[in-house]
Amino acid sequence: MRIVVNADTCTGCETCLDSCPFTSIVMKEGKAVITEYCQLCRACLGVCPEGAIREVADEGELPAGESTDRGKYSGVWVFAEQREGKASSVAYELLGAGKRLAQERGTHLSAVLFGGSDAGAEELVRWGADTVYLSNDPIFAHFNDEPYAELLALLIKEHRPEIVLAGATPIGRSFFPRVAAKLWTGLTADCTSLEIDEATGDLLQIRPAFGGNIMATILCPDRRPQMATVRPRVMKRGEYDKDRKGEVIHVDARGLSSRTRVLDTVKEVSEVAVNLQEADIIVSGGRGLGDPKGFKMLAELAEVLGGSLGASRAAVDEGWVPYSHQVGQTGKTVCPKIYIACGISGAVQHLVGMQSSDIIIAINKNAEAPIFNVATYGIVGDVYEIVPMLIKKIKDVKGY
Amino acid sequence: MNIVICIKQVPDTAEVRINPETNTLIREGVPSIINPYDTHAIEAGLQIREAACGKAVVLTMGPPQAEAALREAISMGVDEAVLLTDRVFAGSDTWATSYTLAKAVEKLGADIILCGKQAIDGDTAQVGPEMADFLGIPHISYVRKIEEVNADSIRVQRMMDEGYDLVESSLPVLLTVVKEINQPRLPSLKGKMAAKKAEIRKWTAADIGAEPEKTGLKGSPTQVRKIFAPEARKDRRMLGGDAASQVESLLQELRGLKCV
Ligand SMILES: Cc1cc2nc3c(=O)[nH]c(=O)nc-3n(C[C@H](O)[C@H](O)[C@H](O)COP(=O)(O)OP(=O)(O)OC[C@H]3O[C@@H](n4cnc5c(N)ncnc54)[C@H](O)[C@@H]3O)c2cc1C
Ligand SMILES: Nc1ncnc2c1ncn2[C@@H]1O[C@H](COP(=O)(O)O)[C@@H](O)[C@H]1O
Repeated sequence: MRIVVNADTCTGCETCLDSCPFTSIVMKEGKAVITEYCQLCRACLGVCPEGAIREVADEGELPAGESTDRGKYSGVWVFAEQREGKASSVAYELLGAGKRLAQERGTHLSAVLFGGSDAGAEELVRWGADTVYLSNDPIFAHFNDEPYAELLALLIKEHRPEIVLAGATPIGRSFFPRVAAKLWTGLTADCTSLEIDEATGDLLQIRPAFGGNIMATILCPDRRPQMATVRPRVMKRGEYDKDRKGEVIHVDARGLSSRTRVLDTVKEVSEVAVNLQEADIIVSGGRGLGDPKGFKMLAELAEVLGGSLGASRAAVDEGWVPYSHQVGQTGKTVCPKIYIACGISGAVQHLVGMQSSDIIIAINKNAEAPIFNVATYGIVGDVYEIVPMLIKKIKDVKGY
Repeated sequence: MNIVICIKQVPDTAEVRINPETNTLIREGVPSIINPYDTHAIEAGLQIREAACGKAVVLTMGPPQAEAALREAISMGVDEAVLLTDRVFAGSDTWATSYTLAKAVEKLGADIILCGKQAIDGDTAQVGPEMADFLGIPHISYVRKIEEVNADSIRVQRMMDEGYDLVESSLPVLLTVVKEINQPRLPSLKGKMAAKKAEIRKWTAADIGAEPEKTGLKGSPTQVRKIFAPEARKDRRMLGGDAASQVESLLQELRGLKCV
């Protein structure tokens, strides 16, 4: 297959140029031309007002690879990641998301727990799992990709779920690709939203790409299961029901082996990082603060609100705050109830780390700053005027 | 020691911006670069080669223009370069990409395969681990330090959420590396000369014995249905007036949210 522009009908309006995420459409002699950078993503199909962009089949094209029989697959599975026997919070978020998908598909929800205990499995049931596949074989005492991938692929082959999710964590993102490779099925990385297509029942997997500059909806139409890793702290947990009953199935892990071996596990948690990700309120500052003193002021605002201090990369690069406070693509992903962005322009690399916050308050001098696109409340103004006043008022209210 | 480094040519996403009026990407003049994580993979490969002797080969799958990325890698000191280029590869998702790369790696033979943690265009971080599975070898992701390389084993630090794991593996192995692992060197003058003259091997699907139904669009289980700009929030409220009334309105809202 190829995508081509009909030079006879192309008017040179350039509408299609921006539709291509790969910069593969260029203007040559007043006409749009699709270059070899084309990834066949089809984003440009349909944007041409003249209908000059078309998909054409190549000569002698082979029939599509055999697809899996979709009808034989049912059920939603989530991989419940644990470290040192404790399920990580993304496991409960996945159960929340998985429950919703299972309900829409009229099917059941299962969890897979490697290296956990019966008590841990029961807890997953209380968070919404109908069935838990549990192995507490010693091989799962540490995370090694091979046995994780091997056993999960075996279970999937046996039980044929239609959707399988894991957290987009260092563990999920590392071993899930091996499972997808074994099963010849699609895997979508780091999804921020999952929906069911009403017409086809397919899973719509929505994720940022190009460092968050664009969003893409990915499908896996012909093969099963549909697999995705899901960004932590984006999905909401489901209901906890302490009386909920479900089935725990012990699975046999004999015969598994690993050529990697974990010799040691070293913890290096900085307090701030933990605080940031668990904070209900984050007050964050950027280059607009102009100097480190601005951060003293923000720290005070954070304190009176009972929140934590965040920062943009620009502020970190200036040396005004340590890296552990950085929010964004190369910093922390946070999802507080309230995120207050002060003097931050809202570059996409920053937005990807905070845009799923419940409420976003932006304070910026420049009314055109992109941070206002994601803001719930926007204040066009000088942080040095607004913030001290705000601190004072809050103190008044709280009676400091 | 045979080292194969997989690199990808990508548009420089730092240069990609959104036009706030039309909400579309502004990509005019966005340059192509070696995926930044892959430059760290190149540096790691060069360091292993220097310590252990052997050969470092860069491999990329992409359009003919990707040759520029390979030449840049040679200018950094890599010995050889292979470009996988074939019309049937177009439209590959991570499954088909890693299958294709694995076929090429099989042909090259490798003790250590290095990849970047992720490519900045797709940000998937899947190609490395998937490729390792196709090759039937172990892999270690998020490597931030290579502590020791022996004739048949390797010991590395794997970055995790709350610190790192010290992990040992047998060879052959595939590693994906993070930025913290090293500082990539700049091309030397000698390297630049070599890069100009170097012969780049170009392989097609037939050259690596790749099954056509497992490559390109056909071998790709996933499809991009739609691409769109992140939406502006619908419930946005701008708080107007002078500074005092802006602060007053904000205080009201904060009270409404019960945090004051
Ligand atoms: C690969 C890559 C990864 C990145 N990762 C991250 C990341 O993880 N996190 C991150 O934050 N960035 C990241 N960046 C950088 C990002 O692109 C931006 O450069 C950065 O976020 C800008 O920070 P800023 O908003 O503080 O600064 P600027 O863009 O300089 O914005 C400053 C803002 O302050 C406003 N302002 C100035 N004075 C005042 C005042 N007195 N009162 C009110 N407003 C004022 C200005 O109007 C402006 O909007 C990354 C970039 C790349 C290429
Ligand atoms: N087309 C390609 N050619 C060579 N290596 C690639 C290609 N695509 C991805 N890789 C390698 O796989 C890593 C992860 O890419 P990705 O899974 O696309 O995020 C990259 O850092 C590269 O090392």
